[in-house]
This record gives sequence, C-alpha cells and structure tokens, in this order.
Amino acid sequence: MEAILALEDGLVFRGESFGHIGETCGEIVFNTSLSGYQEILTDPSYKGQMVTMTYPHIGNYGINEADSESRRPWVEGFIVKEVSPVTSNWRAQMSLGDYLRKYKIVGIQGIDTRKLVKHLRDFGAKKGIISATDLDEKRLIKKAKDSPSIVGVDLVKEVTTEKPYDFNEGLIEGFAWPDRTACSKKQHFVVCVDSGIKYNILRKLNQHGFKVKVVPAHTTAKQILGLKPEGVFYSNGPGDPEPVTYLWGSMRELIGKVPIFGICLGHQMLGLALGGKTFKLKFGHRGGNHPVMDLKTKRVEITSQNHGFCVDDKTLPKDEIEVTHINLNDKTVEGIRHKKHPVFSVQYHPENSPGPHDSDYLFSRFYAMVDHGVW
Amino acid sequence: MPKRTDIKKILIIGSGPIIIGQACEFDYSGTQACKALREEGYEVVLINSNPATIMTDPDVANRTYIEPITTDVLEKIIERERPDACLPTMGGQTGLNTAVEAYEKGIFTKYGVELIGVKYEAVKKAEDREEFKQAMQRVGLDLPKSACAYSVDEAVKIAEHIGYPVIVRPSFTLGGSGSGICFDREKLERVARLGLEYSIVNEVLVEESVLGWKEFELEVMRDCKDNFVVICSIENFDPMGVHTGDSITVAPAQTLTDKEYQRMRDAARKVISEIGVETGGSNIQFAVHPETGRMVVIEMNPRVSRSSALASKATGFPIAKFAAKLAVGFTLDEIPNDITKYTPAGFEPTIDYCVVKIPRFAFEKFEGVDDTLTTQMKSVGETMAIGRTFKEALQKGLRGLEIKRSGLGGDGRDQVFGEKLETRETLIRFIQDAPKNLRLREQIKTYISVPKADRIFYLKYAFYAGFSAQEISDVTKIDIWFLEQIRQIVELERELLNVGAIRESPLLKKAKQYGFSDAQLAFYSETEESLVRKARKEKGVEAVFKLVDTCAAEFKAYTPYFYSTYEEEDETIPSGKKKVMILGGGPNRIGQGIEFDYCCVHAAFALKELGYETIMVNSNPETVSTDYDTSDKLFFEPLTLEDVLNIADREKPTGLIVQLGGQTPLNLSQGLERAGLKILGTSAKSIDIAEDRKKFKELLHQIDLKQPTSDTAFTAEEAYEVAKKIGYPVLIRPSYVLGGRAMEIVYDLEQLKKYIRQAVEASDKNPVLIDKFLEDAIEVDVDLIGDGHEFIVGGVLEHIEEAGVHSGDAAMSLPPFSLSEKLVLELIEKTKQLARELHIVGLMNVQYAIKDGEIYCLEVNPRASRTVPFVSKAIGVPLAKLAAKVMVGKTLKELGLTKEIVPKHFSIKESVFPFVKFPGVDIILSPEMKSTGEVMGIDEDFGLAFYKSQQAAYSDIPPTGNVFLSVKDADKKKVARVAKGLEELGYHIISTRGTAAHLKQHGIETEMVNKLIEGHPHIGDKIRAKEIALIINTPTGKGPMLDEAKIRSLAVSFRVPCITTLNAAQAVISAVASFRKKGISVSSLQERQGSKPSRTEQLHV
Repeated sequence: MEAILALEDGLVFRGESFGHIGETCGEIVFNTSLSGYQEILTDPSYKGQMVTMTYPHIGNYGINEADSESRRPWVEGFIVKEVSPVTSNWRAQMSLGDYLRKYKIVGIQGIDTRKLVKHLRDFGAKKGIISATDLDEKRLIKKAKDSPSIVGVDLVKEVTTEKPYDFNEGLIEGFAWPDRTACSKKQHFVVCVDSGIKYNILRKLNQHGFKVKVVPAHTTAKQILGLKPEGVFYSNGPGDPEPVTYLWGSMRELIGKVPIFGICLGHQMLGLALGGKTFKLKFGHRGGNHPVMDLKTKRVEITSQNHGFCVDDKTLPKDEIEVTHINLNDKTVEGIRHKKHPVFSVQYHPENSPGPHDSDYLFSRFYAMVDHGVW
Repeated sequence: MPKRTDIKKILIIGSGPIIIGQACEFDYSGTQACKALREEGYEVVLINSNPATIMTDPDVANRTYIEPITTDVLEKIIERERPDACLPTMGGQTGLNTAVEAYEKGIFTKYGVELIGVKYEAVKKAEDREEFKQAMQRVGLDLPKSACAYSVDEAVKIAEHIGYPVIVRPSFTLGGSGSGICFDREKLERVARLGLEYSIVNEVLVEESVLGWKEFELEVMRDCKDNFVVICSIENFDPMGVHTGDSITVAPAQTLTDKEYQRMRDAARKVISEIGVETGGSNIQFAVHPETGRMVVIEMNPRVSRSSALASKATGFPIAKFAAKLAVGFTLDEIPNDITKYTPAGFEPTIDYCVVKIPRFAFEKFEGVDDTLTTQMKSVGETMAIGRTFKEALQKGLRGLEIKRSGLGGDGRDQVFGEKLETRETLIRFIQDAPKNLRLREQIKTYISVPKADRIFYLKYAFYAGFSAQEISDVTKIDIWFLEQIRQIVELERELLNVGAIRESPLLKKAKQYGFSDAQLAFYSETEESLVRKARKEKGVEAVFKLVDTCAAEFKAYTPYFYSTYEEEDETIPSGKKKVMILGGGPNRIGQGIEFDYCCVHAAFALKELGYETIMVNSNPETVSTDYDTSDKLFFEPLTLEDVLNIADREKPTGLIVQLGGQTPLNLSQGLERAGLKILGTSAKSIDIAEDRKKFKELLHQIDLKQPTSDTAFTAEEAYEVAKKIGYPVLIRPSYVLGGRAMEIVYDLEQLKKYIRQAVEASDKNPVLIDKFLEDAIEVDVDLIGDGHEFIVGGVLEHIEEAGVHSGDAAMSLPPFSLSEKLVLELIEKTKQLARELHIVGLMNVQYAIKDGEIYCLEVNPRASRTVPFVSKAIGVPLAKLAAKVMVGKTLKELGLTKEIVPKHFSIKESVFPFVKFPGVDIILSPEMKSTGEVMGIDEDFGLAFYKSQQAAYSDIPPTGNVFLSVKDADKKKVARVAKGLEELGYHIISTRGTAAHLKQHGIETEMVNKLIEGHPHIGDKIRAKEIALIINTPTGKGPMLDEAKIRSLAVSFRVPCITTLNAAQAVISAVASFRKKGISVSSLQERQGSKPSRTEQLHV
C-alpha cells in the first residue's frame, strides 16, 4: 500500500506503508546505528519524533522481548529503506512489521532515505507527516506545517512513570558486560527520577551495586529526600529541556545535599539547574559511533547518542563547573562535573543499548561518588 | 600523542608475488603505508620482490629493493640501510612471517631495529594456535574445542577425543594452506600429514567443527592509548566451513541484534588487547551458533589483511594508512578523517548501503581439480559491489565478476546440470516444470548441500524447483535472511518474465532497484539490451550516484567516491574540466591481475600531472586503483557496458582509456564507441585489425612478417579439417580471451577431439584459431610505446622456456640472453613497423617465435601487456604513465623518450603458481596460463638475476643434494649438457631407466631409480623420504594418469622444486654457478637507476 512522507518545507517522498496503516506527525530525525532498531523504537526519548534509520535493511533480526528499553515503542513514526519480511535470529519472537502493527506505529519504507538525511543535515530537523490514508501531497504538507513543534513543550509528562516502583532485574542473561559484576560490593540506594528512563540504565545501576527505586518526574526534592537516598539519578527523556521546569527545579534543590548523576536529559537538567542554557542542535546526535573524549584521561570512547538539544558551555558558571567530556566531531559539551558538590552528568548514553560499551566506567564513577565521595 | 621523533628510517616488508590468499590488497596497504610515513617525514626503505606493484615504483619509497623476501636478503638490506624500525604488518603473512623469522635469528636485535605496529610476542600469541587459545581463555572468551598435534598419531588421538568432524589447521601458513575438514580418520591422516608439511613450525591444530555456524569478521584498530574502534563488521553468506576468502561476504553484519553485535565488539576489544597489538589494525573472526547464539572466536590476524582492504573500500576508511600513522605514535583522535575533513578518524564508520564481495575462481584452468569450497582458500580474485540493498549489490557483483553473467541468472546463460536455459521460452518452461520433476529436485538439493563456486546460481534454481527458503537453509545452513533476498529476486524475475519489464515503469524501476541489468531485462522481454536502455531512459529510470562517506550522510563529505543505484537523488557534481575516464580490469583472475591495475593507476597519476580530471571505474576492492586517493573521482562499479555508459552519461568525459585495464575494458571498446564515446589512444579499428585473424594476416603479409600457418574454425568438424591441412602439432585457441583460456598444443586428432569442445565454448560466437605449433622455438615478447608517429621499444624479453609455454607463465630475461644482436635489432624494427601500420597511440605488445633464425609473429596486443610494469622497472621508464600522456596528445619527443633503453643489468621475470592449493593437478606449463603472480630478479650477472628470481618465487635452488632427472625423448639430445652441468656443480644425479641409459652413452653415471609403475622402492618413495632436492622432469604428454604427472604433483606436496623444461634447467645451472662464485648482493632501484644507461648500440650483453 502506498504511503507518503511529507515535510513541512514541502519535500515529499512516495513509498510504501508498513506497520500500522494510518497517519502520524512528528519531528523527523535520523539515527546512524547499524543495529539496535528495537532499542531505538522503545527509547522514550523519541517521544514526539519520527525516526529515519540510515542503514537500509531494517527488521532483519525481528523483535524479542528482552531487548526493549521500555514497556512499549514511543516513536511517532518509523522511516526506513527496506523492511525485512522474514526474521533471522535465535532470539526473535516477532517480526518488526507485526510489532509496529501491535502498537499502532505508522511506518514508511522504499524511500530514498539518504536524500532525506542529507536534507535534514543541510536544513535541520523538520516536522513531517507519514500517511497511508491521505495521499494528497499539498494537504499533507499543510498538516505537517500545522503539527505541534517539540520546542517549548514538556514531553516528559507523557513518558514518565505514574507510580514509583523498585527495579531489580540486572542485565539481560547472556549479555552481561563487563562480566565481572559488582555483586560483592556494598549496595547503595539510589532514587531514579524517570523522565523517560531506559531499562538498561536501571539494569546497569543494579549491576554496579545500586538498589534502585524509580519515581515519577514530578516528584519534588523534598519527597525524594524523604526516601533517604544515598544518590539520585536523573534520566534521559524526550524533547526540549527548558519547559520541564519542575525537573531542573527539583535538581537545583538537591545539589549539595545528595550525590547526583544525570544522563542525557538529566545532563541538560543539570546545566539548567546550574544557571546555564541549552540550545537546539541543527539535526542532533543520534547514533552509536560518536567519538567523545574524556578530557582527564584523553581517551576516546565511542558512544551511543540520542539528543537534539545541547548544553551551551559558554553559559555555565566556570568557577563551579568543569567540562569533563567533549564530542570530537563538533566539540560540543558531552559531560560536566561540579567542582564542589558530588554532581556530574553526561550527554550521551553510557548504558548503551543500542551502542558500544566503552563508557561503562561512568556507572563505576557514580558508585565511587556515592560510596566514598570521589567523583 | 604526537609522532615519534626517535625513529627516522622505517623498513617496510612487502608481500611478494600475487598468490592465492595474498593479492593486490598488500600493494594497496603497502603503498598507503609508504605514503603515510613519508608524509610524516620518515624515510622509508621497502623490500618487495613483486615488480607489478605501485609500492615498488621508485618514487613511493625512498629506497626500493626489488629483491627476494628472505631473511638473508633482509639482513643485507638492514646492514646497508640501518633503519631504526621495521613495520611488518603491511605485507600480509609473508611480511609477518619474514619478520618473525628475522627476529628469531636475532637480525633485528643485532642491528638495533625496533618492530613497530606489532611486537614479536604479539605475533607469536596471535599466530601460534596453542598460545592463542590460552590467551583467549585468560580473558574468558569461548573457542571451539581443540588441541595441537605435532604428529599424525597425535592428531588422530585428539580427534577421537573431540569427536568427528574436526578441522585441521596448520600453524603459520598463508590463506589457510593445508587446512581441511575431516569427517573420518582416513581423511584426517591425509590432511594432518600435509598440514604438518605446510606449517613452518610443524604444528597443526585439531579443532571441534563449527561447520554451518554463522561466520562474522570485525575489522578493528587500536592506538597506543588503548583507543579502540571497529571499522567494519562483515557477515559471510556462506556459513563456517568455507574459507572467508572463498565466501560471498556482506558488510555490514545483517543478522545480529545490537546486543549480539556489541558482545562481539567487546570480545574483539579483549582479543586485540590481550594479544597485544599495540597500534594498528587487526581482523578477528567469530562463529555464532544459529540456534543457541553461542559465540566463539575463530582467529585473528595482527596485521592488515584482505578483509581490511575490503573494509576500507566498503566504508571509505583507509585502514592501512591510519595503521601506519598509529605505528609511529599518533592516536586515533589526532588523525583527521580524510573524507569528512573536520571530524577525527577516532570514530566508527557507519554506512547507508550494502556491500557484497564475491570471490572469483579459476577452476577451469586446472583440469581435474576438486572445485568444492573448503577451509583452504582457492579463489584467485574478488569483486565488490555496492548497492542500497543486498539484492542490488549481489546482482551488481555477479555481473562484475567477469564470468559472462549479467546478474543472478536470467541472462540466457543459466545451465542446470547441463540443461541450457538460453531463451525466455526455455526458462519459462523450466520454471513451470522444475517443481514437478522429483529427480531434478533431489539433484538440486544434493548439489547445493556442498559449497561450490556456482552454488549461488543453484540456490536460484532451487527456488525454481519449488523449495522454500527454509528448506534451502536447512540443507545449506545459509542464513534465511540471505535466502529471502534471493527469493525476492526470483519472485520479481517471474513477474518480469510475465509482464516484460520495459513496458511498465514502476516495475522497471523496481527491477533496477533489485539490481537487474539491462541485459537481463532484455532477456526477459526478448529484446536488445540497447533497446531496454533506450526505453528506460525515455521513462526516466536512470542510475543515480551516491557517495561513500564513512558516516551515512551525517556530515558533508569531500572525497568523491561513488556507487550507482536507482534512487531519487544524484550526488555527483560533474565538473566542466577536461576529463578522462580510465577503465580498470575488474576482479583478479589468472591472466588479468595487478599488472593492469598498475597501468591504470599510472594513467591516473600521469593525467593528473597534465591537469586532467581523472575518473576511475573499477570493481576490485584489493587494488590501488580503487583507493579514493588515486584519481579525482572513483566509481566503484562493475565493468559492463551498461554500468560504464551510466557513468559516462553523467560525467561526460572527454575520452576513455580502455587499453590499460586488460582485456575487460578492451572488450567494451566497440560498444563504447558506438555509444558515441571517444576512445583515447589506438583506435578501435586498429584493435579490430589486431584481433581479427584475417585482417591481421593481411597486415603481416604487407610488412613481410612470417606467421605460423593458421586458419580458423567455428565447429569441431571444421577444426579437424584445418588441423589436418596445417599438419600437427597445432596450437588451438579461442579468440578474444586473455590468459590463454582453453589454449592447447595438440599433437594428433585424438588430442584435438578432447580439447576442441572447450575451445569452441570459450570462443563464444567467435571462431577458434588453429596455428601450426613451432616446436623448440624461442619465444620473445616485445613491448612498445607509440604516439602515432614515433615508436620506441620498451623492452625485448626473451623467454627462458621454449615456445609453447604461455607468456604469462614463462620466465623472461630483459635484455635477451641468447639472441644475436642482429636478431634483436630485427625484432625491434619489425615491431615498429607493425606499430606504424596500426597507428599505435599508447602501448602494444607483440609475441614472436624464433625458429632456426627465422622470426614468426604469433600475436599482437594493441594494449598494455602484463609485462609493462616489469619492463618499466627494468629500464627505469614508467611506460604506462607515458602511454597515458601520449593518449591525450603528447608526443614521445615531448616526454623525452627518444630511443631504446638497454639497462646494464639483467632483469628476470619469473612466474608464481598456485599448484600447492590444487593437490593432484599436473604442474607442467602449457599455452594455458596458470600463474597467479610474478617476481623480478635483478643483477648484472644473468645467473644471479635468475637465482634471485627463483628465490623470490619460492622455488629455492638447493645448493647441493640429489637431482632427479627424467626427460622426454625429444629432450634427450639436450639432456647430456644439463647433466654435465649438474655434475660439475657437484649434484648427485638420479634418473629413471631411459634417461640413465641415454646419459651413460654420454659418459655420465647416474643412480637409477624405479618409475612409480615399476614398483617399490621408486622415485615417489624417495621424494617422500625427502631424499630429492630438485626435480627436473620434462613432460611427454598430458593427462593426470601419467606416471610423471604424479611425480610432479608429489613434488608440489613435498615442496621439492620442480623444473619442467630443459632451458630452465640450463638457467638454473648458470644461476648456481654464478651464486657460488659471487654470492648475493642487493641494490636499490634508486641506485640502479641513478646512472641511467641509454643506448641502442650495445644491445647484446
């Protein structure tokens, strides 16, 4: 069945519908990971966005229960060159098409995804629409234009957990890495503020010696402190960080009172909580191959990234904050630490999933910070 | 970390001649390494025995030693050059093994040379099976169960413990030589014995079989700060059990979830760290059980490899160049990514297309060889194709493979167990009938269960016969995802057969996106390829070109490296400059290899110097020509008329060069000219004269040049008549082929009957040529360059073997060693006359035979010949470069080449053969070319030059020992001289009854030994007992059943040098004599060419 992808600026692609047959809007972004589409689909940070995979063959290994990063897929739409009708993997339980149909996610395939990606690269992320029900190009372009922007919108409230819960699962069997686990270490209690948290962060925290309680994003600093945590973790999440005032508000109150670690949106929250500013990148960082340098060790780690906004290092208070990591591609800030208080954060995803495991040491660093105050 | 300043001079070891398992990829990596190190201000000393390489060009390294790659020679070079460091990871297994041996002999320590890139201990750990296993166990990685054996008995014991089937792998060999799968004790004993022979440390690994598991490879790099990146993942289409060099492989990996891929990445990191490759690239192979996901490490190469060349071409990330920089202390973050310029090399490339590599085999060249694919590599080359999907890349790859196929079948050349599907009707009928034909179904099922070169086509026939992808997967263990892709191709083909593609544009576009060629579409619609093209263009279904940019379009790319596909957006930006398109040679095969790539690269360099934009088209990932640095634009495309025209349509080149890439582009010249493109250099008309027997005969007649009596035949019956008329022996050969495909000398009707069928087949629609064969003639190759008015002979090369040996296989001497000066001058004159008549603009090669002082012209090739790089190096003039300049209008005078150059030294070209990979095959030399590569020996003394060439070709002449001498009757008159020579040098001669009796008449006493048929103890026993140091055996006839063929094949198995012509034996004698007198000395190309000799007078040395 035919489907159309239309961008707000008038660019149109005709392709074939897959997954759910319907119509959907969102900001179009692209991800350059060669593998890991299941983790990408289920990453709550993609709320509000339609993801284009740059690798042309998607769906080859199907979908399995274990590899999901949350309870459901969150992308607004999925754009690929070619979906595999068969699944080839010993863990596969379902085909990608069936999975998307199950969750009513609209997809389009058979388009020149490279042309689309180049367009986004040159002209920035764009709002767009995929439709298999309306094939009128002009009307679709207008619908895309009229669709809501993600700038200035709080998307966190759409993805956060309703109720607090404890998490104690550990890593997926057969894929524990590093294999020397931290079970012999003393357990520390950490509260995770969920603004769209990925399961693998929770699994990693478990693995590195943390007892984990997940709380909704709007939980106040006072409520958090009431749980008597030894550390607080601020998670990744979707959209524009600035409108999520309650989140960086609570964080500001906690700085100095309890050790804090933030990833992705959690990192942006730290920037904002310390009085800095964030800005929207032209087309974001999304993929599993971004080189980041740890400025202290000068080592390069290949990182998993998914963010459209970025902390502006010029706006950070220099006396309090030190930039610890930078992206070697565009030299943007990838990590910061507080010089006085036990607080640090990174923009990228040390929990990987999908992506390389190079940055696992950050969880150890968090443990050390909570355990003996070194960060 | 900045580069090291404590080292200034670096020695690089090349990989020597092209052999199976080691090809152009090491010229590519070595050249990159030389350039990268010189760019950083280091002085580079290079040793490589292969003259057909770009790396041995005098301006690539500071000092270039074209000398045998042995530790003795290495020590001599080190003694002269005193390098600070040696980079051993660029020259394949040869480079690494030589470095290991030199290290163990203490040479590096003695002269204070540091090994960089990889340390000795790391090589040992990676290459020694037992050490490797222990290292992997230390870091908790899983391996197939295994143990090392040092004797056949031990191997059997281990196998019984693990359980059959087991795989036997010898330690320290190339291309998996001597490894094999053993299902029972009998096979194990055989394979283990051979394996122990092949291993330079007499060790084999007996290992749990992981046959049928999924196979993956990761290409990784690491720097001195432990930064680690994966450049490319590769998944093999053929599961474990087929050597990765013989597998169809795909990049990136297709069927791994991210969890599994990252687990593999982690394992790779552990492997490279534990082995201790401190700086540079490695390749690590894994097997994954398809049902349980169990992952085991198979092996690692602590050096750049064929796979890393493939990965470089597949991603645009130049591994060897960066590996060289890492070796001198740089870190990954300090090197900029050439393609994106503003991002660092310390990242992992990501791609937005699919890459398929397909191996090229040459089984047709080796009669009686087992063409089953095993863990021992047998392919002689490969082609790579890039498409947006696997389907597109696979079909592009198959049509680029130069096996006369236009894609995955459907081209009129499908043949199912001999049944030809030559028309649309027969194909449709076959598709209808096959599912009902139970016998055929059974036959297909059995056939595809064994991996073979043509299995890919039989997978398609299996779908025709009604098997499902799952059923095929069960039999072949090929992953269902790959089979599904083939199923989709088959399904679309059905639609194309029903509808006829050219009528309907959405279907047409879909077909092109599935990689179908115009030729296939023409077949389905029963029309002409040109009409499909026309219809396609009218409907706007045209190829677009996309960039290979390392980053899936995330960043702007600056390096113009393109592939074609059928999408919306085209990314080429054709310039308005004058530009020349150079067509390369495609995959390496016997007869067309690195020599032609060398010429194409030279053309690119030359034209760049003249300010032309150069556009390279080629499909061979091993080569220097497909390095994006070589030309201004690179199109990685199959060399078919359709694909070349697509590029030309877009780029509109001023002209095309077709005479440098071998026969492949030359065959396209008429089609290109018909399409209105300008062929530079010698005209298509002249090419036609040279290739058309009738016109050629007239030409020779005009200039009074003799030719062996000849005629043509289209059928076997005609051939019998012609042969009778001409008189036996005759030489039969197909037209328009390279490498003497199906060429044969036949002595009688019976033999003719045997060979004529394949000759007719190889000729395609052209006639078979039948020539009178001149027995005992001397053959000569002459290479010439011309600008249309002036003609200069580059070199006169005298064959060492007598006529009848293909010029690609013969050893040659430049200048001639036995011809009179008068004759040489006459040859030069005649060649110039020919060139004048043909208006040669560019290169020309002429082959002559000289019998009883008379010159006969055998063949004229109005193109670059295989000997161009050799001659260029021998005379110190870059002929291919000059040829390219001449083709765009320069005169030889302007280029400064005004007279023939005769060097002071002798240069010997010797060929290298793949017999060791094809056990049981007779090794005699014939008009059918069988060699894969060549080496060069240079010295002022003919004997020493020949000695070096033998050493370089891995057929070391033994200094003393027993020589087995047995010759055919026709050679008896010459044998006494050889025997005397051997005797004088102190060799002990052993011979069979006939030869012994003959020698006795000449007063030479020999030890007599039984022939094989005469019963034990016979010559075979002596070879097995290693009592024979050298075999001289000239063939009486042909056929694997003959006693002598068995002896020769035994010689190969036991690595006894074997000489099959008396002329070569004579050369060996002078070589040993010279060696005893003077010993070996080395000299660099730069020194030799420093004092440029240039005269015609003193031709005869």
